Amino acid sequence: MKYEVVHGRSKGFFDSFNRRPGAIKTNMHYCPGCGHGILHKLIAEAIEDLQIKERTVFISPVGCSVFGYYYFDCFGISVPHGRAPAVGTGLIRSDENNIVISYQGDGDLGAIGLNEFLQTANRGENMAVFFVNNAIYGMTGGQMAPTTLPGQKTITSPLGRSVQSEGYPLKVAEMVAALDAPVYVERVALSSGRNIMKARAALRKALQNTIDKKGFSFVEFLTGCPVNLKKSASEINTFIDEQMSKYFVPGVYKDIAENRDPIRRPQPVFAPETVKQVLYGSYTQSAAVRDFSKLQPFFNKERRIKIAGSGGQGVLSLGYILANMGNLRNFNVSYLPMYGPEMRGGTANCSVVISKQEISSPMVDSNCNLLIVLNQQSFDKFLPELKTNGFVIYDSSNVTPHDLLPTQGAYHVNASELARDLGDLRYANLAILGAVSLLMDDYFLEEPDKSDFEAVVAEAIRSCFSGKEKLITPNINAFYLGKHKAQPN
Amino acid sequence: MMLKNKRLLSGNEAVIYGALLAGADAYYGYPITPASEIAHTAAVKFPELGRVFLQAESEIGAINMVMGAAAAGRRAMTASSGLGISLKQEAVSYLAGSELPCVIVDIMRGGPGLGNIAPEQADYNQVVKGGGHGSYRCIVLAPGSAQEMCDMTGKAFELAEKYAMPVYILTDAVIGQMIESVTLPEPLPNRELPDNALAIGKNRNNFFTSIYLEPDELEAHNIKLQKKYAVIQEREELSEDYLLEDAEFIYIAYGICGRLAKNAAEQLRKKGIKAGVLRPKTLFPFPKKRIAGLVGQAQKFISVELSCGQMIDDIKLAINCANPVELINRMGGNMLSVAEIVERTEKLL
Repeated sequence: MKYEVVHGRSKGFFDSFNRRPGAIKTNMHYCPGCGHGILHKLIAEAIEDLQIKERTVFISPVGCSVFGYYYFDCFGISVPHGRAPAVGTGLIRSDENNIVISYQGDGDLGAIGLNEFLQTANRGENMAVFFVNNAIYGMTGGQMAPTTLPGQKTITSPLGRSVQSEGYPLKVAEMVAALDAPVYVERVALSSGRNIMKARAALRKALQNTIDKKGFSFVEFLTGCPVNLKKSASEINTFIDEQMSKYFVPGVYKDIAENRDPIRRPQPVFAPETVKQVLYGSYTQSAAVRDFSKLQPFFNKERRIKIAGSGGQGVLSLGYILANMGNLRNFNVSYLPMYGPEMRGGTANCSVVISKQEISSPMVDSNCNLLIVLNQQSFDKFLPELKTNGFVIYDSSNVTPHDLLPTQGAYHVNASELARDLGDLRYANLAILGAVSLLMDDYFLEEPDKSDFEAVVAEAIRSCFSGKEKLITPNINAFYLGKHKAQPN
Repeated sequence: MMLKNKRLLSGNEAVIYGALLAGADAYYGYPITPASEIAHTAAVKFPELGRVFLQAESEIGAINMVMGAAAAGRRAMTASSGLGISLKQEAVSYLAGSELPCVIVDIMRGGPGLGNIAPEQADYNQVVKGGGHGSYRCIVLAPGSAQEMCDMTGKAFELAEKYAMPVYILTDAVIGQMIESVTLPEPLPNRELPDNALAIGKNRNNFFTSIYLEPDELEAHNIKLQKKYAVIQEREELSEDYLLEDAEFIYIAYGICGRLAKNAAEQLRKKGIKAGVLRPKTLFPFPKKRIAGLVGQAQKFISVELSCGQMIDDIKLAINCANPVELINRMGGNMLSVAEIVERTEKLL
């Protein structure tokens, strides 16, 4: 039979629905009288007329419209139940010229995905959310929706929705309009021809806002589900206009797009030189990474350092400074602040390992070469971890040494007293680093590395306190004062 | 001023450096200890390069934003710890089903439930075995240093795109929080968006879905995915040998345990015990071939884990139970020390 198509399907739809499984490729899967068919048509016509097919992503939710991507001649994605606005956020943040349509039902948007929806609205993402409110769950088989009317019978509210048990229907348009970010909120009804034309205009307005990058636009469509509401098509229209519309009052709830500037996002930078500028460290020529001049045999082995003391003595930052120093002289380093109940009890400790080889365990819990302790409790606790030929450096303001082996070395300085004299207990860590420097001079370094060690201290302090320049000089001074006052036992 | 590519970074920071140098476009995340430094670093560094950083409303929001960005052809990532990973599993299943690439970092803490913020390795099963619904796998990389946190994040993006699937970086709080020297790689040049992207200029009929109502279609889709996973198992397993050549007692350990095991093996060798370490760098694919190749020389395998013993099942499967496999573990956020590993090993010999 030959026939002529006088009024064809919108060009916003595919000519043939080839993604639909089975034999039927010309019709949609929706039931007769379902609102999705009407709304799909309005959307298809709009994306064709507004010439945005090449940049529109239609997000198919979970529910009867899960197969939206069978029909629309634009990009498509089906997403987890309720998460469409979050997925849409990822899409719109990827390219500000994308047009994102999040098409959601009452279970998807009002129940399982209410948080993603509200948060996306509240961020004012530039997208259009089309909310299909039919007061019931369709695809799942007629269960109660967040928008089911008081007294309305469904499979899971067989005696009718009880407001005392299930609460009141969710008024989404009113809720969204109360947020600052959304620019346009309207509720329309897909009932009479006149109402459908209002819906058509609202939908186009939302999409135009999106094209203009004005932010979040929301249209709620009151519609019906003849199968699950057990009504004929004409009864459905009466239900929408006389029952739903009384509770969910149609109208414009917010329209401030005109007053909003378009959203602009920065352009990503990939130029390798710029990327390096941002991610690589920078250094002045004089402080280039290099080795000590004479690598003493001392440095052939991994050196394991434990630092412990009270909170506020700068235990963790001393560890970080030592790690930086190692890094500045080309050693492999690991620095591990320790967790544990003692952290909350006001004491802190950290492990630093410095090695020319690859470092295995970063945890200094035995075989410690250098133990730096700033309070008695730490001395008592960690001395057993010190190697028989290891060194301990302690704050003589707080620590009375005991039980040291004759083969173990010790240096001390009254770091906390010096720090208090300098006006802040937090200088204690640098004062004690002075004692470390003296130990290195006495046992392990020759010139020019003795002076270089001091230079590395200064460089590490500068690096650790970058952005807090006022602290650099006092810390360097504390280091030299500590070194001056430090003594071997 | 000159630039240097060597920096001191925590493992968590190194993830972001590695990601940006590998051309990551977007970070979507929600803070959680002990993974938060990843978000902190991303919040600074992504915007400095005009890339996207967004703090999501939840872990669920974050992973779904990642899905949107991945569908748009972008290199997107998120990071969390056990509890947050549990929340993400729904979307990870969708990503696997829709064959969308992304990178997810899991810095493991103590569980179950709220647990604590100390290190554990008890997300092994939920991450390595799939975690969400359906027969899917994710590639899982297991870095053991800040350097590997950087390098493997770059590799994760490469593998994610090569196989069109989510790739995890799975490690423990120690590796995440420890600061080490990191040598940064050269930045990757910008790339063309993939042809299947939902992106302007690409075919507007591109779409992603994971729904196949017809059982025959869904079965065919599953078979396709399983074939892909078989190829990955064949081609992509990675591990590190340490003192393995003549080893009879072989530790299998990843993350921080891999490093502790190396020291334990050294100490045992000083006592005349031939110990070695096989450190898996991929957990899916599990290094089955390498481990099976050790059956002839091994007297015992010892799984060192900060969990009830989750990886140990994969070791037994890899060697078809040809040798005894023992477990040395701690739980609840307690660390193993090298001394404890040595002592417990000696009791097992």
